[in-house]
Amino acid sequence: MKILKLIIKNALRHKLRTTLTIIGIAIAVIAFGLLRTVVTAWYIGVDASANDRLITRHSVSFIFPLPYAYKEKISRIQGVEEVSFANWFGGVYRDKNQFFARMAVDANTIFNVYPEFQLSDKEKSDFLKERNACVIGYEIAKQYNMKLGDIITLEGDIYPGRWDFVLRGIYQPKTKTTDATQMFFHWEYLDERLRAEAPDRAGDVGWYIVKINDPNQSAAISDQVDAIFRNSPAETKTETEKAFAQGFIQASDAIINSMNVISFVIIGIIMLVLGNTMIMAARERTREYAVLKTLGFNAKHLIGLILGESMVISFLGGGLGLLLTFPIVAGFEANIPKGMFPVFQIEPVTIILAVSAALLVGIAASIFPINRTLSTRIVDGFGHIG
Amino acid sequence: MSELIKVNNVSKSYWRDSFEIPVLNDITLCVNEGDFLALMGPSGSGKTTLLNLVAGIDKPTRGSIEVAGTDIAKLNESSLAKWRSNNVGFVFQFYNLIPVLTAFENVELPLLLTKLSKAERRKHVETALSVVGLADRMDHYPKQLSGGQEQRVAIARAVVTDPIILVADEPTGDLDKHSATEILTLLERLNKEFNKTILMVTHDPHAAEKAHNVRHLEKGDLV
Repeated sequence: MKILKLIIKNALRHKLRTTLTIIGIAIAVIAFGLLRTVVTAWYIGVDASANDRLITRHSVSFIFPLPYAYKEKISRIQGVEEVSFANWFGGVYRDKNQFFARMAVDANTIFNVYPEFQLSDKEKSDFLKERNACVIGYEIAKQYNMKLGDIITLEGDIYPGRWDFVLRGIYQPKTKTTDATQMFFHWEYLDERLRAEAPDRAGDVGWYIVKINDPNQSAAISDQVDAIFRNSPAETKTETEKAFAQGFIQASDAIINSMNVISFVIIGIIMLVLGNTMIMAARERTREYAVLKTLGFNAKHLIGLILGESMVISFLGGGLGLLLTFPIVAGFEANIPKGMFPVFQIEPVTIILAVSAALLVGIAASIFPINRTLSTRIVDGFGHIG
Repeated sequence: MSELIKVNNVSKSYWRDSFEIPVLNDITLCVNEGDFLALMGPSGSGKTTLLNLVAGIDKPTRGSIEVAGTDIAKLNESSLAKWRSNNVGFVFQFYNLIPVLTAFENVELPLLLTKLSKAERRKHVETALSVVGLADRMDHYPKQLSGGQEQRVAIARAVVTDPIILVADEPTGDLDKHSATEILTLLERLNKEFNKTILMVTHDPHAAEKAHNVRHLEKGDLV
């Protein structure tokens, strides 16, 4: 018989209480994992930002367009490798609940500035050949069972009317954090129709994507871009892609911060649940610990017994919770619109945090019972004076 | 026979808030090797306290206690724990077996603190359980044993490390007459056959009859 066996036997002594504690910890870990996954999904755009890309937008707001003519001027700045642009199209596919990003882009350059959207040469070539061709992300193709050659029809809202596209490419995400839920089509297709139907809206783009040679020059190049268009009718604001992405989620900061706080409050709750169990266990075993001390077991042994029991329960609960978090997160992912959280998965940091939390909870929950056990004199443990 | 235990002018007091409660007053006592001493006295007379002091699970307020040449009152907690595991076997009134461990595992507990191999531990445990007549019940849990059998397991646990002294605090206090007789016979056998020095606290004159010497305590004084 080893001490570990005694630890496990002690942990399972009150099966119902231990089971309830393990379930409580597991539920808390699931809640923690789910909240952290939402938080990381929210920040995924920021985390996936490239440091060699700048975004130039209208200085007032992202929703105001910029002239197409800016592209050439930005391209001439030293240190700029390539300039592309995009325009938020919006529109409705099937119904308003089917949301994913749809953008009119510079078809010739978009895949150069976004190498993480991986498209075969054949698909790229086919996309460039046809004015009404489009490319969609792999996740969208999978969700709607779309195949190359399919016609995708959008009902325009920002740009009214019926818009038909031919699917010529399905891009693959380079990494797990790459957004594979977008749709790109030729900006010229949009612009041509605007020239015919709404000439005052033609010739504009939403924002420019500026790929630079040296990320260390991002601040200087941003200043140069904005300086060119200062005092023009459409002044610009240029910033790193990361800052641009952060600007998008800034409005939701309070909610995200609250979720962050709640996820850590949950750890506190787990600590109380396990702490309560351990205190009850240690109190019930006061006499047994006195016996062990009498037999010669020292402080190290008793710390090992109590801490070990706490860790066993904590890791059983944490492990169970973590195991269940994966299918639960997968279930959530399957049931939320793809465009809402393009990447919704448990990040390694969430697993590390959950395991660390289990470790911390196991240690913290054993502190009070250990202190109580060690400070109780043997004769007091036996509870009588002769 | 040489003097194994020397209790010299030992006093013990407990404190409740600012009140000192004297329990033992200037006790001097010698116990020879191989002796079987019974301590008797009314409740609160200090007999268990004296037993605890000799066994090294409590410390005197004043005086010294020498066991086999070691002044145990001067040992720190860690050294005292080690000393107890090497030198003292304990038998309690309420057996104090660990309920989640089998008889075998309960007896094996003190041996986990030694460097014995698993096979050696098994041999020692089987021998100890044979001595108390429970070799056939080693896989039973305490709740599957009678009170007398539990106490015999506790005795096996007390002797498995081959301690020089055995302390027994009311070992028959929770047993029926038949079981009590069995336990007393066993203690007597351990004393005679295995030359174990035994200190036993008891209220029971029948139990005290088994001892070589009987000392009485009254309000903390040895009379």
